[in-house]
Amino acid sequence: MIDYYAKVSKTHAQRRKLKSAVMIVLCVIAAFVALLPLLYIFFYTTMKGASSLNLAFFTELPKPVGETGGGMANAIVGTFVLVGLGSVIGIPVGLMAGIYVTEYSKSLIANIVKFVTDVLSGIPSIIIGIFAYGVVVLPMQRFSALAGGFALGILMIPTITRTTEEMLKLVPHSLREAALALGIPRWKTTIRIVLRTASGGIITGILLAIARAAGETAPLLFTSFGNSFWATSLDGPMASIPVQIFNYAISPYEEWHRKAWAGAFVLICLVFIVSLIVRLATRNKYSQS
Amino acid sequence: MDAEEIIKDIVIEEISKEEKIKHSVETESLTVSFNGREAISDVNIKIRSNAVTAIIGPSGCGKSTFLRSLNFMHDLTPGAKVTGTIRIHNKDINEFDMIEVRRKVGMVFQKPNPFPTMSVYDNVVAGLILNKRYKRSHLNEIVEKSLVLAGLWEEVKDRLKLSAMALSGGQQQRVCIARTLAVNPEIILFDEPTSALDPLSTSAIEETLSKLKKEYTIIIVTHNMQQAARVSDFTAYFFLGKLIELGKTRTIFTSPKEKLTEDYITGRFG
Repeated sequence: MIDYYAKVSKTHAQRRKLKSAVMIVLCVIAAFVALLPLLYIFFYTTMKGASSLNLAFFTELPKPVGETGGGMANAIVGTFVLVGLGSVIGIPVGLMAGIYVTEYSKSLIANIVKFVTDVLSGIPSIIIGIFAYGVVVLPMQRFSALAGGFALGILMIPTITRTTEEMLKLVPHSLREAALALGIPRWKTTIRIVLRTASGGIITGILLAIARAAGETAPLLFTSFGNSFWATSLDGPMASIPVQIFNYAISPYEEWHRKAWAGAFVLICLVFIVSLIVRLATRNKYSQS
Repeated sequence: MDAEEIIKDIVIEEISKEEKIKHSVETESLTVSFNGREAISDVNIKIRSNAVTAIIGPSGCGKSTFLRSLNFMHDLTPGAKVTGTIRIHNKDINEFDMIEVRRKVGMVFQKPNPFPTMSVYDNVVAGLILNKRYKRSHLNEIVEKSLVLAGLWEEVKDRLKLSAMALSGGQQQRVCIARTLAVNPEIILFDEPTSALDPLSTSAIEETLSKLKKEYTIIIVTHNMQQAARVSDFTAYFFLGKLIELGKTRTIFTSPKEKLTEDYITGRFG
């Protein structure tokens, strides 16, 4: 009798261990599959792009077809300006909407805002571009950096609103009570205590939004359009790295293809560096981890 | 003199004494309800100044609700409704600004809740600097005074710039007490301040409580009857949202007037 049970439980245990091993292997493979494209993109852009980089790339304007040399200085500056304009619209609106939803609104309004931001974040970026075209470009009668910034700003709002909301929800209610019980006004409690406690997560959300906006091409195609020269004002067309990459990549010229790779490499590096700087600058000296 | 007259005399004496006694907090038919359900009903209580009043009672009897209504904390709970009057130093609290009430009536919570992004120093002065500007030297003075009073100064005086989260739970709770003291309230509410702490920290905080009553009026909600007996001068027993009995702590614990109080004290119930 005893032997019989021992035998059964032994084979059972073996089968269980086998199952466990198979599942672990599957998970590891899945992790690699997920990481592979990322690593591949990173190495491939570095390989193809880094070699075409030189000082001129950062300081000179694009040269016409046939001439060698030249750079993307206007597009690099343009990306900064456009993302900056987008941030000026997207960060305050997103942040304040997130604060309103968690700290001040009733649950019905909060749910409506949540639903709308979810829908908004699911809208393809090209449609946001068309919207900006209709709202800004058509009335102004021309492509402009303002229109591009507007489109990027709208694109950033849902990400920032949702992360702000999620992060504020993680701040324990007891902290708000503690601050209010000290006679600290509500708005100061929100800004100086609640927002500060959640700042790490909120900044991550903002960075994600900025990184996404910096790489967007579709909404810029018919808003800021692109420009081979320095843009002199915000209400005229402006070059940006993604649009420039797009224009170069679809061209038939080998030299321009190389430039596109270099642009892609610079774009990745920019996003990476900006994230790093913001993260270091806003690092909380008391954060635990 | 027969017995009846003696009792009358004592009663008269008690009443005349009563008139000289100062009360910091008074409530009249105070009722607090959440979404129509009454958490406390018709509470009439007078809290003695410069004394520790303990509020005891089984879970859900409305102790915390009562405490929180005294500094508008119920205002944070959606669906809360308060009727009746609360007077602080003979003035209806609705005549004050809400912020003003909260500065007069400080509160220490059940779980230590220092501000995690701030140093010990900044935690203590948070209630001050988030309201107006102060001179650094003045702040230093307040920090030392508050931490000494909270019984924490010796332990943290070299670590004021450290995160408050680096301290132990008991020390964090004393930071919270110091933070409340820094605003210079007149009344301090303690909502089960030691229930999340170890016995050593508990006794440190109890010691602080007895020091504080010289300058402040203290109301403490506690689940621990030994604690109520140790620290308080007066005890109020709440049951099912009603104030059953208020009296000198010794009287409540040795010869309560009400049967309900006696049942609870002797552990027959609750």
